[in-house]
Amino acid sequence: MHPSPDIGIWIGALLTLGIFSFLYGDNPYYKFCEALFVGVSAGHWFVTLFWTVFVAKMIRNVEIGLNTFITQGFSAGMADYVHWSYIFGGILGFLMLLRLFPKIGWISRWSLAFVVGTTSGLFFINYLVSNGLRQVEKSILSLGAEFWFGNLILVVGTFCGLIYFFFSKEHKGAFGGLARVGIWFLMITFGATFGYTVMSRMSLLIGRMDYLLGNWLGLIG
Amino acid sequence: MGFFERLLKIDRRIIFTLIAIAIAMPLFFDVSMYVETTSEVRGVFTAVDTLSAGSKVLISFDFDPGSMPELQPMAESFFRHCFSRDLKVIVMGLWPQGPLQANWALDVILNEPDIKAKNLQYGVDYVNLGYTAGNEVVIQRMGSNIHAAFPADYYGTPLDDIPLMKGVRNFDNIDFVYNLSAGYPGTMEWVQFAADRFRATLGAGNTAVQAPLMYPYLGKRQLVGILGGMKGAAEYEVLAQRPARGVRYMFSQGIAHAVVIFFVIVGNVAYFATRKKRKES
Repeated sequence: MHPSPDIGIWIGALLTLGIFSFLYGDNPYYKFCEALFVGVSAGHWFVTLFWTVFVAKMIRNVEIGLNTFITQGFSAGMADYVHWSYIFGGILGFLMLLRLFPKIGWISRWSLAFVVGTTSGLFFINYLVSNGLRQVEKSILSLGAEFWFGNLILVVGTFCGLIYFFFSKEHKGAFGGLARVGIWFLMITFGATFGYTVMSRMSLLIGRMDYLLGNWLGLIG
Repeated sequence: MGFFERLLKIDRRIIFTLIAIAIAMPLFFDVSMYVETTSEVRGVFTAVDTLSAGSKVLISFDFDPGSMPELQPMAESFFRHCFSRDLKVIVMGLWPQGPLQANWALDVILNEPDIKAKNLQYGVDYVNLGYTAGNEVVIQRMGSNIHAAFPADYYGTPLDDIPLMKGVRNFDNIDFVYNLSAGYPGTMEWVQFAADRFRATLGAGNTAVQAPLMYPYLGKRQLVGILGGMKGAAEYEVLAQRPARGVRYMFSQGIAHAVVIFFVIVGNVAYFATRKKRKES
């Protein structure tokens, strides 16, 4: 046994044990670790976004623009290195803060409207192509190919799954039968997804165990 | 109270303890489980293996320490594969912690004897562009101009001063894109913007939770292959003939799954055995 001399590893290990202690029952040690995690995460995100977005993007660009304007005046070439769009973004960001003042809080909706509008426009085509058209294309498969059985399952599963979500007609008779087959496909899909989720959680636990037994206690190589 | 009733009321802490033992004990043994490779992982491996020396590979690290056990082995084996084939590696991140994860993986791989012997130079053989905010909009921007999306690298050096980045303007100058993803922004955004919009050749490594959602994208023009969770990492190591952490962890993974399956069976047997009695009462 060769425990790590690194204080950082010790802190990580003790915090890990603190979070694990919840498995026995709620306790102050767990609550401390949880609060610390939430606080550190919030602080980390605030600092990261402040320096990588607010300072790096907006402040720097405004600074460059103002300095250039003061020393050289307005010139046509400024557009090449001064990104005015960030100032527009800064104004929209400022308008969001007006929510803090109830009387003029409605102005913040302009920023939200801009975000919702641009996001819709940006995603509409991408979703239509990637999640719509391409998937339809991939569902049109040859039944004479090498993997004909897999192709058949995929086509039947897709068709029956769509039938299940068609609620304009009552699920009775042959239509109801197809919907029932669709449910089976959905259940198998959810089962596979759940299996993957279990594997994922086990993987995280393996990572923590390796950290505790290897990095911290030095019991494994 | 009968045997089956007692089984149904077993303290969950006993199950937690058994799972912990099932995961911890195998770590003490140097046992390599047989890992069968799948076509999804072979798709990524073959795409990289067929690139000629000097080809440029972009790797986006879109995860944080929470997903390290699954994605870090993938990153390490992928780096090892790229460097052993003399590919040029460009690293970036759409998650703030991503570039740091990349540096940790680079530290491990660059110190392996065969890779160290190549005397790889930062800025010439590999570069870390760092993190930039903007999620999928960053990918969109990279499609027209990578230098606009990342004016400087992780260490603040302007991209124009980095030899590896000279002549790299957009996805047309990148031979393969690999995305390590644990959520949003991640593989779906890379498929939508880089693969479907800019025709980039894309492969991905995902956490097991996310992997099933990405399977529909497998196939022509979207995803050449996908590594799903720790099993995907282990498969890649097997294909590269360099078993490492992914393969080592699979023994724990196997034993833990056996324990879970055992309790599922026991729980169901106990449930059905006591159902009649419950109905009567």
